[in-house]
Amino acid sequence: MDFDLSPEQKEIQALTRDFVRAEIEPHATEWDREHHFPREVYAKLAELGLMGTCVPEEYGGAGADFLAYMLVLEELSRGDAGVGVTVAVHTSAVTLPLLLFGTDEQRSRFVPPLARGELIGAFALTEAEAGSDAAALRTSATREDGGWRISGAKQFISTAEYAGTFLLFARTDPDTPGAGGISAFILDADQVRVTGREEKLGLNSSTTNSIAVDSLVDADRLLHDEGKGFHVAMATLDGGRIGIAAQAVGITQAAYDVAREYAKERHAFGQPIAKFQAIQFKLADMATEIEAARLLVHRAAWLKQNDLPHTETGAKAKLFASEMARRQTGEAIQILGGYGYTKEFPVERYYRDAKITEIYEGTSEIQRLVIARSVLGLAERAVSAS
Amino acid sequence: MKIAVCVKHVPEGTSRIDPGTKRLDRAGEGALNHFDANAVEEALRLKGDSDTEVVAVSLGPQKALDSLRKALAMGADRAVLVSDDAAAGSDLVATSRLLAAALAKEEPDLVLFGQQASDADGAVLWAAVAERLGRPVVSQAMELSVDGGTVHVKRQTEHGYDTIEAPLPAVVAVSDAINEPRYPSLKGIMGAKKKPQDVLSLADLGVDAGDAGEAGSRTTVLALGDPPARADSQKIEDDGNAAQAIVDFLAEKRLI
Repeated sequence: MDFDLSPEQKEIQALTRDFVRAEIEPHATEWDREHHFPREVYAKLAELGLMGTCVPEEYGGAGADFLAYMLVLEELSRGDAGVGVTVAVHTSAVTLPLLLFGTDEQRSRFVPPLARGELIGAFALTEAEAGSDAAALRTSATREDGGWRISGAKQFISTAEYAGTFLLFARTDPDTPGAGGISAFILDADQVRVTGREEKLGLNSSTTNSIAVDSLVDADRLLHDEGKGFHVAMATLDGGRIGIAAQAVGITQAAYDVAREYAKERHAFGQPIAKFQAIQFKLADMATEIEAARLLVHRAAWLKQNDLPHTETGAKAKLFASEMARRQTGEAIQILGGYGYTKEFPVERYYRDAKITEIYEGTSEIQRLVIARSVLGLAERAVSAS
Repeated sequence: MKIAVCVKHVPEGTSRIDPGTKRLDRAGEGALNHFDANAVEEALRLKGDSDTEVVAVSLGPQKALDSLRKALAMGADRAVLVSDDAAAGSDLVATSRLLAAALAKEEPDLVLFGQQASDADGAVLWAAVAERLGRPVVSQAMELSVDGGTVHVKRQTEHGYDTIEAPLPAVVAVSDAINEPRYPSLKGIMGAKKKPQDVLSLADLGVDAGDAGEAGSRTTVLALGDPPARADSQKIEDDGNAAQAIVDFLAEKRLI
């Protein structure tokens, strides 16, 4: 057992922390208020190598491990959860599956621009009537002129309006309902039309779009085998949800930091409120749950980077960290009282941002299904697949 | 050209003095003294794309390698750590002796220091090292350039700037206003472990144990005390005569 981070991991964490303090944190409130997508930040993250943290050097990445990437996501999300999710989707949901499932040609063509941060990635699975039940998706891909005619509509697609590369899922076999008839495709920005932008509760520095596709793409845009798209999507979400758990830890750490400092300074009944046991217990619970969630994230990441099964632990990390984040960012507001409810302090933003972690990359209900099926030894993926 | 940058590994967060040893508690996490990051940055700026070699040099425990690695991650080519149990507790005199010995082995054209150490706020080591090496020293450098065998320095003073030049080899302590240190890139961090990191003992430097650590130091901390409590403050409300009241107060204290 060794719970110590390696020197490289510590340095990557420190670098991200320093960068976030200087370049992200001071602007996060404004980005939230103005619904500003901070494009300029991604150029700087790219310069530092943080758009391809765990991508091998030969594909334009920094060559660090998956745990180092989790540390990056936690620190980014601590400053701004919208930046956190944009980098998480870009890396976990686009760059890594291309690396894992792409042919040599696809890997060397599509991965380096993503890993170097020249292009941002978007993951297009969800449709209006295919969310948790992703296998119900209706976007179609039919053979035409030696390629594929892809046509349909997707929604809740993170970063679509700024993305250069899309990992998009479509039904290649109309006669096979459910998971079996789905394939994965790599699309460019000009093969996708952005049709809308969601108004959201939080995560306002990231964009969430609806898109429409009616494009003829070359045969070499098929990722992995025909009919294996669902497998690609599920494997992607297996790793992706660990990143969302890291995001939830980062948001909660930020809320805890504000609440702790506030409790030491705010006086009531003649003393700092941190002297009252009611407040002390809240802070003790926050510190405990944050550490527990972080350890789950690190363990899931360790399993993944050692090529060990990580579906169950990753789902546990995501489930626990996201519910912890929603609960404890609420407690942070409670510690700040009326001030916590105002925009004078950032904790109300953390609370709004935390809620989504219980929903995307698999809702808490789906995580429980994944965990239950694993611990009960039930047929894998029969339901959790969706 | 060869540039040596002297860096210090300092305790992170609030400094604590161990009442037993009367030394700074260095047990916790440490980090590169942020004033030294300016010196590293300046060395890397002078290096640019040239074949100039930048060597980061430190005296400290093994953990000081963390700070040297940060310098390597920023772009320095090589690191040298002087580390020896017998060197623990070295004061300015002993530290300057050890650093000068390490620098003498390196024979750099230019030695850079940060303006001060952020832990104990010492700001004289560069002068002591220059004295031992017998080299010219310029401090508080706001601007720095090297032209052939000469270093040109714009030195910040309380009244303006001094423009100074000195023949190489020389020692320069840079001001923290000279530049904005770069972030190390991930590539730099990952590549740092592949760069040479030499750890030298006193024997490697040919320094006698009696000339290092407490034995080689000339200062002894006798006692530690809290700063005196602040005297009662006096609040002057502005009823139109506040300026005069402040002047009278300062005059009474013989401050003006």
